[in-house]
Amino acid sequence: MDASEESRNQFREIHGLNDPLFVQFLSYMADLVRLDFGDSIRRSEPAIDVVLRGFAWTLQLAVITMSLVVVFAIILGSLAAFHVGGVFDRLATFFSLIGSSAPDFWIAIVAIVIFSVNLGWFPTSGTGTVWHWVMPISVLFIRPFGLILQIVRGSMITALGSAYVKTARAKGVGNRPIIFVHALRNALLPVITVIGDQAAALLNGAVVIESIFGFPGIGKLMINSILQRDFTVVMAAIMVTALAIFLMNLVIDILYSILDPESGIDPWHRLTFRLPTFPPHPIPWFRPCGCSGPINSPLSR
Amino acid sequence: MDNRLLSVKNLSVDFHTSHGTVHAVRDVSWHLDRGETLAILGESGSGKSVSASAILNLIDMPPGEITQGEILFEGRDVLTMSSEDRRNLNGHRIAMIFQDPLSHLNPVYTVGFQIAETMTAHGVDKAEARSRTISLMQRVGIPEPDTKVDAYPHQFSGGQRQRIMIAMALALKPDILIADEPTTALDVTVQAQILALLKELQQETGMGLLLITHDLGVVAEVADRVVVMNAGQIVETGTAAEVYHRPTHPYTKKLIAAIPGDGAMAEPLDSATKPILDITGLTKHYGSFVALDAANLTVLPGESVAIVGESGSGKSTLAKTVLRLEEATSGSALFEGRDLVSMNDKELFNLRRDIQMVFQDPTQSLNPRMSIFDIITEAFVIHPEILDKAQWKTRVCALLEQVGLKADHMYRYPHQFSGGQRQRIAIARALALEPKLIVCDEAVSALDVSIQAQVLSLLTGLQDELGLSYLFIAHDLPLVRDFAHRVIVMQAGKIVEQGPVAQIFDAPQQEYTRNLIAASLSPNPDIQAERRAAARQLHGVDA
Repeated sequence: MDASEESRNQFREIHGLNDPLFVQFLSYMADLVRLDFGDSIRRSEPAIDVVLRGFAWTLQLAVITMSLVVVFAIILGSLAAFHVGGVFDRLATFFSLIGSSAPDFWIAIVAIVIFSVNLGWFPTSGTGTVWHWVMPISVLFIRPFGLILQIVRGSMITALGSAYVKTARAKGVGNRPIIFVHALRNALLPVITVIGDQAAALLNGAVVIESIFGFPGIGKLMINSILQRDFTVVMAAIMVTALAIFLMNLVIDILYSILDPESGIDPWHRLTFRLPTFPPHPIPWFRPCGCSGPINSPLSR
Repeated sequence: MDNRLLSVKNLSVDFHTSHGTVHAVRDVSWHLDRGETLAILGESGSGKSVSASAILNLIDMPPGEITQGEILFEGRDVLTMSSEDRRNLNGHRIAMIFQDPLSHLNPVYTVGFQIAETMTAHGVDKAEARSRTISLMQRVGIPEPDTKVDAYPHQFSGGQRQRIMIAMALALKPDILIADEPTTALDVTVQAQILALLKELQQETGMGLLLITHDLGVVAEVADRVVVMNAGQIVETGTAAEVYHRPTHPYTKKLIAAIPGDGAMAEPLDSATKPILDITGLTKHYGSFVALDAANLTVLPGESVAIVGESGSGKSTLAKTVLRLEEATSGSALFEGRDLVSMNDKELFNLRRDIQMVFQDPTQSLNPRMSIFDIITEAFVIHPEILDKAQWKTRVCALLEQVGLKADHMYRYPHQFSGGQRQRIAIARALALEPKLIVCDEAVSALDVSIQAQVLSLLTGLQDELGLSYLFIAHDLPLVRDFAHRVIVMQAGKIVEQGPVAQIFDAPQQEYTRNLIAASLSPNPDIQAERRAAARQLHGVDA
């Protein structure tokens, strides 16, 4: 810190650092309610603006990736379940197992070496063109895809072996409606929990991937802000991530009550008194809100 | 060339499992004509459902394999048809209903959708299918079909769900209806209604009805002809009356002899004896729902008290409250003078030894990862004061022999035993604690008739030997008639009638008890025919 005494005082005055601690805290909390986290210490613009800009990038990345994951995992997982033990099932199981167990930073680095450095197909970092998105999305895709495909497959095997599927066969219902109408909707209930969890994990995983691919999302911003001790931005980023994960849990709860008529009640009602769980995570403050799915879900029966 | 509606010829089906090949059905032949009811009678594992599943292509292949035979529907062999042709038969010409309608209906779709699907799957347009669905629901006796059509399966009672299954199966007026244990999961009074509905619909449409059942009472009520199966083979065929009155095969004879309900009824015990269990005003509320309403009853030492009633009548709640698996809302239950309801945890722990329970499904109530030795000695681990560790092995041997098993069974695991043997293990486990009272919650309901008789005689033998008391919860009245000293009849949480077994069965006082006894089916086709005639007459007078 080689600033002059005068400019230090000026900085303290501007940022209210001379006030008593509880006054600082109260004014901080009051601002927080208005989503005003104060200015970024490094960038002299509101921290929330910086964070929202980054969040917009991450959100796009996450939504595109997750949509692809859900579509492919459900279709391929269902087909694998329908032909259990067949060639397709074995291939799908093999690759999804590898995908869900390989660490994503490793895949990212190997992908850069192969596709950017050696083959020169895709740029290594940045966001300029569509091609810039291919590698981050592909790398982020692999893990949740493998995991969700496995869950869909297992859940579909159970559903396809169920008594109501037998009834449908006895009625003369064709194979496609049996898979995608009768079995899938039942099989989706446990899958939705995992999808929510994986979507939350994607926001976390983005920290690593965004840093590797130089992607200007909230994850990279957070790492940079921590390194630069830009605390207002760190706090804002945590709040925004927390809020996003909270909203996603809400959406999942609502989806549950739509998909499962036995839950049978006003979807908003069940949300009122639900304590979040804190699953273990290497960066504990990254999951401020539970993302392990509805606790009192009707499926726990 | 024969012109039967359906004939199965020399059918053999194998299942290839990791433990080897199971010959589920061996060289089976039978036929079904229009307007006729054929019953396939057999115990669990006899292969009675397999040939019916083969007709509808419901056998998973692999592990299943049809090794020989043909299934001719109107002269064409369905086994050689393309899968698309077979799909067109299913639901359209041949339909099926199953044992447990709750699990056989898709929980996430409305019943209207599921009934209509039978029609839409065979080319009927949606609007037409919906209006026909509503009239079908009306026909099978669902109240307010206009609104109920959009309800989900869990919103119906068990009997209504089976009616919905029937509506679904009969939507396209099939030529054949296969009913696989259609009333086994239902109460006796509901069973009577469903069987009557099936008969009525058969007369309307002239379909052939193939009924798969283990229950001779159901056979006597509805079947024209019967095929008796044992271990994958047909052992006897004939009309229902022939098979009941003049069985020729030893297996059929044994099966008919094992049917409960015509033995001597037990004499009541001396009521001056001090009761082991004395329940007064026992009440259990779930919110505003009264599951058990001021029950009063006593159990004497060495007495079997049966609790009967339809599902939801509160019989299991009564047992659970006595065992303190549920907390009573009010009332008292004195066990040898000490009140179970107000007892603290430590007293309760000591008392648990004296009251044991045997559950309905031994497959679920025995831990599959524990050996029989571990299951039985767990009692001594929890209550170490009973027995010194050195003597555990001798005691387990003695217990297993007491329940009719062998000492060398103790290192095996539950899955290596049959259902009847597992229930014996569950009884041995209960006996390990030397209890005075055993609560049997539908303890023999899941077992085959011949096994039921064995387990019941085991229970009676143990009672004579050890002076045990039983609180015996059951829905099967003939069984209760042969087993109990005293019977308690429950309805909607209340005890409506209780008394010595002879009094309840020979001179029931309450309308509800009379209905319950009347609805219980006799295995004798002549008696059932008489009852039907009497009912028709009564109905005719009413109308």
